[in-house]
Amino acid sequence: MSAPTLGGLALTGLRPAPAQAFGAIRLIPLIRDHVPGDIRITTRAYDAATTLVGLEGDADAPTTAYYGYIPHGIVVEWERGGQPVAALGTTLGPRKHLERQARPVQLLHRMVKREDRKRLRLLPLHLALEGYLALHFGGPSVAWSEYSREALRRGLSPRIERVHHGAAIAGLADALRLFEIHEGQVGVLLLVGDALAAATVVPHPDDYRALHRTLLEDLYGELLVHYGLYCDELGELQAPIDPASLGSLAALRQAIAGRRESWRELSELLAAGILDRPLRWQSVYRAGPFHLRRFIGALDPSADNHIGEAITRADGTLEYLKTFRLSAAQVRRAYLLEQLAAAEWSLDRCAEALEISRAALIQRLRGAGFGYLFKAHVC
Amino acid sequence: MTADRHAAAAARVAHEDLLIFINAAFACTGQREFYSDGHRQTVAIGFLHEYIRGNYRRLYARALAAGINDYNRARIIVELLTHARGLDPDERAREGALIAAALAELPPPRAYRALRALKERRINNRRTRAIIGEYLAQRRDLAFDAVKYRGKVRALSRHAHLALPGELPRFLTRGWRERRYQAPLLEAFRQAHYSREAIYELPYTIAEGLAARMGIDRARFLERIAPKMSAAERLRLQRSAAREGVAIDLDLASAPPTRLALYVLGLPLEERRARLAELDAAMAASARRVLERTPLRLGRIACVLDRSYSSAGSSEKSRRPLAVALAARYLLRAAADEVDERWAPRTPEHPLLVTPRGQTDLATPLLDALDGRPELVVVVSDGADNDPPGAAGLVLRTFRERLDPARATDLIHVNPVFEATELGPRALDAAAPTLGIRDAEDLPTLLAFARFTDGRLGLAELEGLLERRASAMIERYRRRRDRGRAPASAPASEGSEEAGG
Repeated sequence: MSAPTLGGLALTGLRPAPAQAFGAIRLIPLIRDHVPGDIRITTRAYDAATTLVGLEGDADAPTTAYYGYIPHGIVVEWERGGQPVAALGTTLGPRKHLERQARPVQLLHRMVKREDRKRLRLLPLHLALEGYLALHFGGPSVAWSEYSREALRRGLSPRIERVHHGAAIAGLADALRLFEIHEGQVGVLLLVGDALAAATVVPHPDDYRALHRTLLEDLYGELLVHYGLYCDELGELQAPIDPASLGSLAALRQAIAGRRESWRELSELLAAGILDRPLRWQSVYRAGPFHLRRFIGALDPSADNHIGEAITRADGTLEYLKTFRLSAAQVRRAYLLEQLAAAEWSLDRCAEALEISRAALIQRLRGAGFGYLFKAHVC
Repeated sequence: MTADRHAAAAARVAHEDLLIFINAAFACTGQREFYSDGHRQTVAIGFLHEYIRGNYRRLYARALAAGINDYNRARIIVELLTHARGLDPDERAREGALIAAALAELPPPRAYRALRALKERRINNRRTRAIIGEYLAQRRDLAFDAVKYRGKVRALSRHAHLALPGELPRFLTRGWRERRYQAPLLEAFRQAHYSREAIYELPYTIAEGLAARMGIDRARFLERIAPKMSAAERLRLQRSAAREGVAIDLDLASAPPTRLALYVLGLPLEERRARLAELDAAMAASARRVLERTPLRLGRIACVLDRSYSSAGSSEKSRRPLAVALAARYLLRAAADEVDERWAPRTPEHPLLVTPRGQTDLATPLLDALDGRPELVVVVSDGADNDPPGAAGLVLRTFRERLDPARATDLIHVNPVFEATELGPRALDAAAPTLGIRDAEDLPTLLAFARFTDGRLGLAELEGLLERRASAMIERYRRRRDRGRAPASAPASEGSEEAGG
């Protein structure tokens, strides 16, 4: 994995359509007009209650591992030279890869793993989340006396974050059931209380239809669960058109076309959290014209921050995207770690940079759940 | 002066209330819909019934003749009989006659269920007993009913203290344990508990249970019981029989269009494609048959039919909104000189190959339809317009207010879905009257009500129409009953004479 690069995300090759709102949930369909069909994805369901993903070390004896509830993985298949491919599981042939025994704990090797010459298995969102959890995972780079021996030896391990299943967001299950999938739709911007919760894009409309319901199995931050509860009904986003201003059917047609067109601006406004802000990108895998990368937002505690992963084509077309909105506490934790790392893990320098007292910084770090890094007497 | 104004305001409120009720009573069956669950539906329609009954009892009773769906007719009957205190004798007689006529028009299972609901509510007065008696007395073959609806007939005969004729009392109490019956059907019922052959003399629903108990092979059973099936059962069992490799004879064209549309939409696409000509002819013939009964003549019209994903309905009303749209399409074709047919969001290759799929973009087809300036535009949709939201309403409003104030083009929105929170079908815009519908066959009746919904006709006219329809229904019932009674002296219970009183 290469060094991070900066840059925003662009919904290249996608056209937003008017949103559908159900209670607190608003879903903005993303439509792809040109579908080459040379890259397809499909889901693979996992039955295990817990999955252990080996990140480093051997496949059966990882030295660093990621544990989580992972209900499904994604399999990407591609073809060079623009040849169409069929989604895995829809072709005739051996199904060995698809059928696995259910186990209480499942072992997987790597977040992203090449399974065949032109097939890649990845764990959606967990790939991005792992990138977030791995931030300064190594722990203090300078052995300041405040840090415990354990922290110096093993870094932040174990680094734990809590996320919510989609079913925890009130009304999400109903919204996904009632949503009417457009022809040619390949993605969706999911908003809870008009805050961007997740963006999903896949290469092919059929893949989207198959994956639509798995949005419920995805991860959501705890903030969105609250938004789902606080908000009962969303307002209209567009001003009503006055019939008096329309003198003919043609004008009416134009007004409606304009209304449809204005969804591009509206959705760009609503998705500003991933479109306008600089994101730190990290390359994960390259395959032919396709490039899989993951990103982390600016980690600014005063704004919404998203992490995610994307596959882009050489011409910039977005083929696959999945994002996760970090909750405020998660942003705060990452922000503190960043600040600490920037100050070379010196508590005094970091406190100075943040313009707070050293005791207050330690208080904040303990409050954020990093108390285990310090010796017991440090306060 | 103020008294006049108050009276006018009261009339307007009454008019609106009644239209809300009639609209709801055309569409709602208390079942789950795509956008709302069954419980909300039941609560909403229950409230409407109580409210209208409490405030406009006279018109509430007349609504029985409005052509509303069976669920609501049964409900009105139960409500009227449950709350009958303090009625003046004339009105009581009229109500009684209406209830008797409406009961006779209901499908027997529903009529029996409504009457049994009276037993469950412990409603037992002279009028209720007389009405139960009259209903049983006018049934053409009471022995058949006693076999097919045995539990219900028994419950009613006990509840209303009826002296049923012949062997029926014995049959209802002793059932198959009796030694012997003279009536062939009752005897078949008894024998069917011992003999595999006798099963095939019984109505299908009864035979099915006995066959399962005896472990008769399903394919063999279906093949032999086929002659005893009712038309609805034949249609319903077509596919499960085909799975067993049995063909059940059926004249598709004899089924009502909405039922037939539901059957067609239940077939896999390849089969629909293979039988396209046959199914198309059957749908067209079925639609013509409806129009023979309830004539409807239209000129140059356009229809916009919703086939979006929400037309898939719910698990309880599977594909009904789409079936209503499909059946309406055939009815309109049969009734109009020229039809400009458009589906939203995309017109299918052939109407019979339609599937519920995609977003609801009503504005585009609506604009295309209005371009041709037809005499009438019928929109069949659940009203959940979402691409862009509210666009269809804007088109209708602008067209009505700005582009066609002289009303050269009539706009009508027919909605198969009852929206519980709005106590009625969801409207696109006030410019197009919204009419609830359950079966596309009611379309001719509905078009008559459309003139009330858009405010062109008032309460007096509505009352007049309901009164006329009520008289016609009672007249129809009396003629049929007397015709049935004249040749043979049908079993008449004591109460039947005073059913009206």
